[in-house]
Amino acid sequence: MPEPKQPEKLIDDKGIRIDGRRLDQLRPIKLEVGILDKADGSAYIEQGKNKILVGVYGPREAHPKHIALPDRAVLRCRYRMAPFSVDERKNPAPSRREMELSKVIRESLESVVLTDLYPRTTIDVFIEVLQSDGGSRCAGITAASLALADAGIPMRELVAACAVGKIQGHMALDLSDAEDKYGEADLPVAWVPNANLVTLLQMDGILTTSEFEKGLTMALDACKTIHGMQQEALKKKYLVIKEVAEEREETEVVA
Amino acid sequence: MSFTPQLPPVAKLEQKTVIDLVANGKRIDDRTADSYRPLQIQVGLIEKANGSAQVYLGKSKVLVGVKVETGTPFPDTPDEGVLTVNAELGPLASPLFETGPPSEQAIELARVIDRGIRESKAVDMKSLVLLKGKKVQVVFVDIYILDHDGNLIDAASIGALAALASAKLLKAELKGDEVVYKPGLHPLPLNNHPVAVTFAKVGKTIVVDPVLEEEQVMNARLTVTIEKNGNICAMQKGGLSGFTQDELKTIVHLAVQKAAENRAKILAAAKG
Amino acid sequence: MVIVAEPKQVVAPGELLAEGDHQLGDNSFKVGTRIFSACIGIFEVDGNRVTVVPLKGGYFPRVGDLVGGRIVDVGLSGWTVDIRAPYEAMLPASETPGPRGPRRRDLSESFDVGDMVLSQVLAFDRTRDPLLTVKGPGLGKISTGRVVEISAAKIPRLIGRKGSMISMLKRETGCQITVGQNGVVMLWGKSPENERVAVEAIYMVEREAHTRGLTDRIREMIAKSNVVGEVARTQAA
Repeated sequence: MPEPKQPEKLIDDKGIRIDGRRLDQLRPIKLEVGILDKADGSAYIEQGKNKILVGVYGPREAHPKHIALPDRAVLRCRYRMAPFSVDERKNPAPSRREMELSKVIRESLESVVLTDLYPRTTIDVFIEVLQSDGGSRCAGITAASLALADAGIPMRELVAACAVGKIQGHMALDLSDAEDKYGEADLPVAWVPNANLVTLLQMDGILTTSEFEKGLTMALDACKTIHGMQQEALKKKYLVIKEVAEEREETEVVA
Repeated sequence: MSFTPQLPPVAKLEQKTVIDLVANGKRIDDRTADSYRPLQIQVGLIEKANGSAQVYLGKSKVLVGVKVETGTPFPDTPDEGVLTVNAELGPLASPLFETGPPSEQAIELARVIDRGIRESKAVDMKSLVLLKGKKVQVVFVDIYILDHDGNLIDAASIGALAALASAKLLKAELKGDEVVYKPGLHPLPLNNHPVAVTFAKVGKTIVVDPVLEEEQVMNARLTVTIEKNGNICAMQKGGLSGFTQDELKTIVHLAVQKAAENRAKILAAAKG
Repeated sequence: MVIVAEPKQVVAPGELLAEGDHQLGDNSFKVGTRIFSACIGIFEVDGNRVTVVPLKGGYFPRVGDLVGGRIVDVGLSGWTVDIRAPYEAMLPASETPGPRGPRRRDLSESFDVGDMVLSQVLAFDRTRDPLLTVKGPGLGKISTGRVVEISAAKIPRLIGRKGSMISMLKRETGCQITVGQNGVVMLWGKSPENERVAVEAIYMVEREAHTRGLTDRIREMIAKSNVVGEVARTQAA
């Protein structure tokens, strides 16, 4: 498929972006937990056109044995984009970008997993980007937190992530692919609310120090919102079963 | 696949020493939290490269070579030359490094240096075009780590800028199908001077230019690349923990200052 | 001592449970004076103790546990057993019943790869893999009946308070049921139909473990299936 053309303007005169959003608006987010059967934990996220599936296995015996750590679990993470996930087909061979993202994503999750409880094991996180449209590493982290929780792996808290960027001189939340491509800066951020720490932070583009501070604040506010959605998505699965089961009991008792 | 690295067998006592010292305002090598180790930069050692720089940052040693060749442009940027940055963290430099394809650490380092150069538009990509869409000049920046005693990113960034700033090329022209070089050396057209500044969080203290012992006990690391006008052109957080919003603000402001200091040293060395 | 989250409700990892001087039960941890949940589960308060009962999670071996495991490898002096835990377990030949003497040439005559074995965890600590034994009444190879694998987190619910749930299931389905702490449940019934109903009941417990009225709903389901339970047998005896 041919690459979409460069849009004339990223923001119109009314301050509306090409997908109809305001500068401080997130794309629509859908979160689902526990959709895969074989993985110990799993989660699926849609954020704008991003479609990302995460599966978690573990804690399980470390193979090969030499990567095991004597006093804690090893966290392994693979970020991978499907060849059909982007406008121009991506070569299936692992790219340098995927290797870098696998590293920074793993590092964003390390501080929340209670790895001390499972020495000499691995906890494996597989992030599969089925369709990518900007901000996929952040969406991947948001879903990976849910998949880890779904696997029952003890964690301090969930990690929420969101990117901000600069388009046409303005700081904007949650850039789409076109905005990232033709914009001036991209700043992905991951955050943990209880410890109040930023666990992923990257930037490419040009930002003044005050634009950075403003963007960081915008991103952290969005992470708070996303964190609320994560908790809801986790509990929803069990609440539905609870309601259905208890409703059945009530109707039968009445009958 | 990325996995939690094996922690080198640093004795617990050494770890505690580093952390305690830093908490009390001192560092293992007696520096203040905001100072760099002694920095030596030498350019032009590799005559066969268009530009080269050897950097000694404390005991870390890095050699960066710049070579400019001809090649084809990327299909989506027919009117631009090509920049490619590569890094080798080979077994010569440290018992921690192995032979083989680039590790995630090497790839991350190369991509962070690349980002700094690319996003600051340091190299004038359009000036590298010989025939639009067909033939361009390709700038190869190859980073060779010789000795690892911490903060390889900054050492590599300093070396890359010094090598680029001191690089000399023959003027290239396309005559028919052939590339012809006119006599006379010219500097590589450089529009910006990005400099990376790396910080480590040791315990609760932020220190600049972490030495290896500090890297082995740090909670997290942040590299901030500053371009010549004091703006940020790249950032990369590393490490297993994280930073508070306030720590990030402090770091960014200090980075601007430190980058300016190092930039002056780099450009002075590049002239010599 | 303040309870912040609502007891008997589902809590998520990182959710604040309580503040103050509480005893930490399973899956809770303290930061300063604040106590948080470490997993997705049901928040329980028992006097001074705050616990989160996990809704999901694998099996973590404990000494003394009865576990159902599959033989994955036959070695020179023992077997490697998959007990659905983060660690593979070892069953040494010395931990099988029978006379001591010259070592058996081929251990696979006793247990071969793929066999299901009911064993007990003899030893386990952070530095090495769990050690199993089959010396004990009822332990050994499982060759008949059915094996059901459910989440280990649901085993306490399957057993029930003072064994109430599992006793009811055995009685009503007419099956012998042995529950492994690792989520492996072995059962033998009077007929395949009895076994089928028991299997369905077990899966129902796994799915609806955290809901009210579960015991009654299961009893209803079994009654609807028309299998003959324990009552007939006692009368015959």
